[in-house]
Order: sequence, then structure tokens, then C-alpha cells
Amino acid sequence: MIGMGHFYISMKVIHMKTEFQNGVLTAYLDGEIDHDSAAKIRAHVDASVQSLKPKLLCLDFSRVGFMDSSGVGLVMGRYRTMKLLGGMLRVINIPDSVYRVFAMSGLEGLGVLR
Amino acid sequence: MKTINEMKLSFPSKSRNEAFARAAVAAFIAALDPTVSELSDLKTAVSEAVTNCIVHGYRRTSGTVYLTGKITEDNRVIIKIRDKGVGIADVKQAMEPLFTTAPEEERAGLGFAVMQSFCDRVRVSSKPERGTTVTLEKQIGHE
Repeated sequence: MIGMGHFYISMKVIHMKTEFQNGVLTAYLDGEIDHDSAAKIRAHVDASVQSLKPKLLCLDFSRVGFMDSSGVGLVMGRYRTMKLLGGMLRVINIPDSVYRVFAMSGLEGLGVLR
Repeated sequence: MKTINEMKLSFPSKSRNEAFARAAVAAFIAALDPTVSELSDLKTAVSEAVTNCIVHGYRRTSGTVYLTGKITEDNRVIIKIRDKGVGIADVKQAMEPLFTTAPEEERAGLGFAVMQSFCDRVRVSSKPERGTTVTLEKQIGHE
């Protein structure tokens, strides 16, 4: 499936754009990930995953300026969701400041961080 | 050590105030000219502590989060974050990495580990049914 178009959700702390192409759902996150915004990202990404059934979910972190451990929970949860659906998860373009939080979790061992 | 500046904040335990609290602390320490990583470390630790008040302290209820900040003569920042929520019966257990009482909310159980790793000192005092106080200390730059 190609060209599902993309759509935006705008929230004060986080802005997200998603794209679906060739079975790959990419979510471009722009802003700050905390407990508040993680809940919004989770709801939106999970709804897209349920309807589009991607084989790969890509979370693009290139524009994430801040993340606390809520981001670790968010990634772990999406990893489980994708695994249940027989798909894969990848987190790409992780800024150094954000990577420091991931480095404290067990996520490095799952091979989802790029 | 002599205190050269201080501030006090209180706000309702709404999750949107997590961003407000860390931005307020960032503004408070701006005069110390922190590095990008010092700023990011302290913001992350504050975000974790405030989230704990909201998710755990006032779980299923609402209340007030109290935050105070102090800067000492030697550029040490001391931030206290307090709730009057349920408290923690076993602080030692709560501070263990991966321990969480809220797995259904996808809490990773890393809050205290992040605070400890990103600050020079973290103190936690808590009483069941009375609330919890977390004190974060971080040296900014050199004396």
C-alpha cells in the first residue's frame, strides 16, 4: 500500500506526523516526551497500528529535544504491541541527550534502537 | 553554604504541569549559565520527580505538588519536590531500577535511577499516607 497520505496531531509539548508506505508506518516526533505527551503519542500510534497493521513501525526521534523515562515505557510498550502483531519496531535518529536515558534501560539489548 | 537565590512553586497534579515544572527550573538556573547537558540532566530529574507525585503520590486523586529551588554561593542547585499523597512504605524498594507499581501505565520503573544518575545527590523521605519529598542536588559548572 502506498500513499496513505499523512496527518498531523498537534499538542503543545509534542507534534507528530505519521506516514505509511510499503507496510512501514513512520511516526516523526517533534518536541518533548514526558508522561503527559507519551500518553498522547501512545494513543495515536496504537490507533494507526491497529488500522494499518504495518510490518514495521519506525519512531523517528530526530526532533525530540527532551525525553524522560516515560519514553522508555513508550518504546517498550510499542515493542510488545508490534511483536504481538508479528511486526517489528525501530527507533531511529536518536539524539545523544535522549540516548542517555535509553542507555539506562534494557532496550539496547532488544535491537530496536538505531 | 550561603543561599544566593530561592524560589517556591505550587501547582495542581495535572500531567501538563510536568513540562511547566522543568521549564520553570530551567529558567531558575539560567543565570548560572549551565551547559546543555547540565540543563538537560536537571530537567530530566525534575520531570521524573514531578511525574512520581502525579502518577504515584496522587494516584487516582488530585492534589498539590510543591517545588522549591535554592542556589548556593558555590553554584549548587537544590530542588525539593513534595507531594502530600499516599507516600512510600519501602523507599529502598521503590528506588530499585525497574520496580514500578504502575506497569499498566507503561511506567518503566526508571524514575529514581534517572534522578540518581543525572544528579549529584538524591534524597527521598516518605511516610505512608503523608506524602513524599524528593531532594535533588546538582553542582553547576565549577566553583
